[in-house]
Formats: sequence, structure tokens, C-alpha cells
Amino acid sequence: MQVKEALDKYGRTPDKLIGAMLAYQKSTLCNYLTEDDIKEFAKETKLPVSRVYSIASFYSLLSTEERGENIVQVCYDVPCYINDSVNIVNELEKILEIKMGQTTKDGLFTIEYSSCLGCCDKAPAMQIGATLYGNLTPDKISSILSTYRRKKDE
Amino acid sequence: MNMVNIKINNKDVKVAKGTSILNAAKEVGITIPNLCYHPDQEVKANCRVCVVEVEGARTLQASCATEVKEGMVIRTNTQKVRQSRKVVIELLLANHDMDCTSCKKNNQCDLQEIAANIGVRESRFENVLVKQEIDTSSSSIERNPNKCIRCGRCIQMCSEVQGLAILDYVGRGGSVDVKPAFGMYLNNAACVACGQCSVVCPVAAITEKEDIEQVWEAINNPNITVVVQTAPAVRVSLGEEFGLEPGKIVTGKLVASLRALGFDKIFDTDFTADLTIIEEGHELLKRLSDGGTLPMLTSCCPGWVNFIEQYYPELLPHLSSCKSPQQMFGALVKGYYAEKIGKKPKDVYSVSIMPCTAKKFEAKREEMSVDGENLDVDIVLTTRELAKMLRQAGVDFTILEEEEYDTPFGLSSGAGVIFGATGGVMEAALRTVYEVVTGKTLENLDFMAVRGLEGIKEAKVDLDGTIVKVAVAHSLSKAKQIMELIKEGKADYSFIEIMCCPGGCIGGGGQPFGGTDELRIKRTNAIYEADKGLPIRKSHENPAVSELYKEFLIEPLGEKSHHLLHTKYVNRKK
Repeated sequence: MQVKEALDKYGRTPDKLIGAMLAYQKSTLCNYLTEDDIKEFAKETKLPVSRVYSIASFYSLLSTEERGENIVQVCYDVPCYINDSVNIVNELEKILEIKMGQTTKDGLFTIEYSSCLGCCDKAPAMQIGATLYGNLTPDKISSILSTYRRKKDE
Repeated sequence: MNMVNIKINNKDVKVAKGTSILNAAKEVGITIPNLCYHPDQEVKANCRVCVVEVEGARTLQASCATEVKEGMVIRTNTQKVRQSRKVVIELLLANHDMDCTSCKKNNQCDLQEIAANIGVRESRFENVLVKQEIDTSSSSIERNPNKCIRCGRCIQMCSEVQGLAILDYVGRGGSVDVKPAFGMYLNNAACVACGQCSVVCPVAAITEKEDIEQVWEAINNPNITVVVQTAPAVRVSLGEEFGLEPGKIVTGKLVASLRALGFDKIFDTDFTADLTIIEEGHELLKRLSDGGTLPMLTSCCPGWVNFIEQYYPELLPHLSSCKSPQQMFGALVKGYYAEKIGKKPKDVYSVSIMPCTAKKFEAKREEMSVDGENLDVDIVLTTRELAKMLRQAGVDFTILEEEEYDTPFGLSSGAGVIFGATGGVMEAALRTVYEVVTGKTLENLDFMAVRGLEGIKEAKVDLDGTIVKVAVAHSLSKAKQIMELIKEGKADYSFIEIMCCPGGCIGGGGQPFGGTDELRIKRTNAIYEADKGLPIRKSHENPAVSELYKEFLIEPLGEKSHHLLHTKYVNRKK
């Protein structure tokens, strides 16, 4: 998908920008918007580059830095925190051998913090792409990640 | 006017409907501390320092964002309010570089002042600042993210008033920063260096690039003659730095203070403003008679020149080829005056005192050197930096006796003075062009239509039957409108004056911190008052200018003028 196509589909007014950027980002394989992408969105929508960059940097679903194929987002809000989300983060960092915010060497995973995922009843929670995982314990992490590795191998 | 009755701290008050609590309190003599609020900007209500108690409200209310209502009962100084403000300030300080004693804005910082005023005595929160690189890429302004409190005043100034939007919020939550897109350095970000961001910044996150030390070095070197020029707008704002009332004309004190600092010759940029009028006026007449590119655009303002070079390079043929008064002055100092006093250009150090940050960039342009080796203007200091030098030297500005400029470049006309306000260059040009074209004496020198703070002003002048239509714009959002008109072929003007900063140079990016429209109006009035008070009010009647043509330049637009006083521009589209 091209930036122009995304905007043709969603519209070129400022209120349509986030949807267009999400759709476009999804169509790229590296889960982020490049400098050129952002400049093109700005040009097409007649918004300042700084504004489009500001928006892209604000929303956790959008990124201005290169990310892996699968984005693992661990909820960083209070209910998850008090339900030991820190252990989940430690386990992810241990298995993937990267720190929070980083991407694995094979480009398969990026781990990030996220604001509330809206499922405090299942704290601690995380999401990978559009799939939600709740009531997490460290021992569940390995098998969850494996399913994504297998998907890749198939 | 619709009035409402409210009670502030048990005192009955009647204020106009629609007033914010913050301004209502001001009317009864209560200053509510605030950081993000700015009288000329939209209410942002993000710093939360201005909170007050409103009876019946569940939480403390931001007084900048809350309008008064009939019967409202407000308390601005309860224990709860004081505690809350303290916490807010302590939290800001916990994410702030606390090297206040070596900070450029030490004693001029709103955050520091509020912390002192509300009695912050402890910092209960550990400092969590992650230090970031200070952006020193621009020759005009410096961005220090370690001082930023994310109030957003600079963002609004840059996008709403200047229409550039170089700065914006980046990131979210606790890691929000204010910076150019992609974290670019300012000199790569199509910034025009106007410095308006620095004027509204309440802390030291954006300041002018400080060049004071080089000037001290030159002054202390006995082999060097240090020559200084002062821009028109400095004389109506410098007093503010020393507690004098805004709009006070301090020309004589300014001269005395520069002499007290040890400058060898004190000259006036107004002199070359007069010279600009002669050159630019003749350029306009030549374009009118020879069918040159019209409308002609003024070129005195370096922020504006940066803007057209970076954003509308296709319109550069419209720009007058005249250098700005500062650069004409520098060229004369190095290409004429040095020889006159028996010195080599490198032994004459040329300093200018400007209300402007973009002037620093302009002085460093490589073509701004008449001998190709030495810069014509070695250093540009802003009004604020001059005030700092005076404080460093312990000069009590307020009690200085007034003194006169040196000759020959100290003599100027009222037309030169009004360069400092929006519309001034136009008015000065019209005074001269009228008399040159018609051969008649201009009876009424005051072209009221081009004065004042309205964004775009128009006027028509009758030059003996030929009607010349002119326009004046200030601030770059307005300049943009004019540029679009020219592109569409709809700008049926002969001559357009454009100033980058709101209000013109009196509202420049190097003027005292905290500029508002209220101050700009006072400084503007002072500029016209200074004009009225001068014996000569037309550039072409300045005898020192006539003398210079007789002795050296020979004629306007002549060979010497071409070499010293005119320049070329470059397409710098980013």
C-alpha cells in the first residue's frame, strides 16, 4: 500500500489521519512509519511535518522507529502493575534476550509498554498485535511466544 | 458591558462576563502564579500552577481556563491551593536541570520566581531528569531540552503566529519533549531563527545564542577599535531590563551605557536605515520605470529573508537587493570607515546591538564580507545580551546621564527610527519617494494607514497622478498570505514591507523576555514619539547621508553601492 492509497481510502482531513496511518503502517512489514512516510502524510494532508510526527510519536499503536513483526505490548498501568506485571516484563526480557523497547535480532518481536489495555479484570495483561493475553504468569510467556515462532516457520 | 458579581478571597468584585478567574484576580491586585498561560495565546491549562478553590467545585480549578460566573466564590490562597501549587512546582523541578546559578536565565526565570514566591523549601521528589543534548546548531538560538517544562507556548508561537510549526510535542506521558520533527537540529529544520519561541519561553529551554564573551575580549584588546551600532527598536525596550516603564525612550542612556562598557565608537543603525531608504527608494523607482519585478519586497528583516529563501524561493526576484541596515553598516565600517581612521579592517571590530536573533545568522552569511576575509559585522548582541553585559559590568543604567552618538554615523532621521515598528520602513520610504518623484514638500509626514498592529495593512499614495498601492505585513503567517497572493498574481501592489516578528523589530526575538501585545503597543508608541522628537524626519534630508554620497558612494545604486550595500539571495528550500 502507498501513503496516497491509504489517504484515498480514509480521506485527507486531519481527523482521518490516524486511521490512514494505522492502515498504511499495517501494510508495511516493519511496523513503523519512516521519515519519508511522515513527510508524505504531511504533504498530502497539508499538515505541518512536526504535527504529523507528533501524532505518530504519541499513539502506542504507531511508531516512528523500526519495530519487529510482532509487537508485544505489556500494560503499564496500575492494576497490572500491582498484579506483578514486572515479572512478565522480566520473563519477556529473559526469553527474548532484549530490553524493554528493543527488537529481537531476528526481527520477530519488539517489546513495549502500553497504556491501559482495558482489561483490568485480567491483570496483568499484554497484547501481541490484536490478540489479548490476560491473567498472565511468567510460566505462560514461553508458550505464547512459541506460537508466533511456529507461525513464522510455517 | 455585561458584568458579573463574584467574590475573590471574601472581597466582592464586579468583573466583565467572560473574564477568566486569573484575570479577574489581577484586577483586584492578586497575582495568581502561572507558567503556560500567555495573554496573547489560547488557554492551554497544562501547567496546573494557577489552580484556585471555587466553592461548589469538586476539585481545584485552573484559573486561566475557568470563566467567572455570577455569584462565584473563589479562594486563591487556601492551604489546599498552596499545597497543590507547591507539589506542581516540585514535580516540575524533579524533571528539570537544577544548575540554576549557571543558567542563562538565572534571575529571569518564571519557574525560579514562582518557586521562590510560593515558598518551595524542599524537593520531596528525587530528580529524574534524563539529560539530553543541548541543540547549539543554530547561530541564533539554543534549545536546551533539560530546562523545558512542556508548557507549549513556543509551539503555539511558532505555529499560530509564525505559521511555521517547527516545534511540537513529541512522545507521550512522562517522556514528552518539545522539539522539531524527527528530533532534527534547528538548523536543519527550516527554522528561520526569528527567536519568537525564546521570547515566550518561561524558562531557559529556548534562549538566544550568547556571544558576550567575544565582545569583552575585543573591548579588552587595546589594539582593536570596537565600533558598535544600535538598532532603532533597542532604544524603546532596553529600559524594561532595568525596571523602567515599558515604552520609555532611552536613546541617550543607551549611548552612555555603551561608552561605559568601553566601546570606542557608538554609532546608530538608524543612519544606515536612512541609507537603506535612499537605496531601496531608488531601486523601487527604477523597477517602476524600467518594468522590473513588482511588487518589490523589503529586505531589512533577516527572519523574513530566511523565510522567503526557504519557503518561497521562486519569489526571490521580488526581494529588494538592498542589504539590511545592519549589514550596510557593517560594510561601511569595514569598507570605508576603517580606512578613514587609518586601520585595517581586521583591527576594527564591528558589533551590533539588535532586537533580533536572526541578525546573528545574517551577520555570519558568507557573502556579508566586503574583503572576503573579515565579517562586516563581527558579533551581534541582542537587547537581552546587552542588558546582561551591563549587569556584568555593574553599570547602573537608570542613573546614567544621557549622551550623544559619535559622528559621522550617529546622525539619523525620524524615518530611520521608525524602522523599528511594523510599517516604519514603508512610511520612511514613502516620505522620501514622494518628495523625490513629485519634487514637492510632503506636508503630512504621518502615514497612519501603515501604522499599528493589524496583521496586513494597505495604503494608496498619490505621486503626482500616479497612484502607488502598498502593503505592510508583520509575522510570518501574514507574510505567507501575501506570498500566496503574489503567486496567484493577485497582489496588485508596487511595494510591500514585511517584518517577521509581530509588531516589527520592537517585538523582535532578541527583545526582553515576556513580550506581549500590550508591551508591543507601548514600544510602538515610543518609536513614533522618538520620530516626532527629531529635527530631521526624512532620510534624504539626513546631512550625514548626503555627505557620504558626496565623499564616497557618489550616487544611489552606483558602483560602490552595488558592491557595499546590495546583495544576492539563495534558494535554500528544505
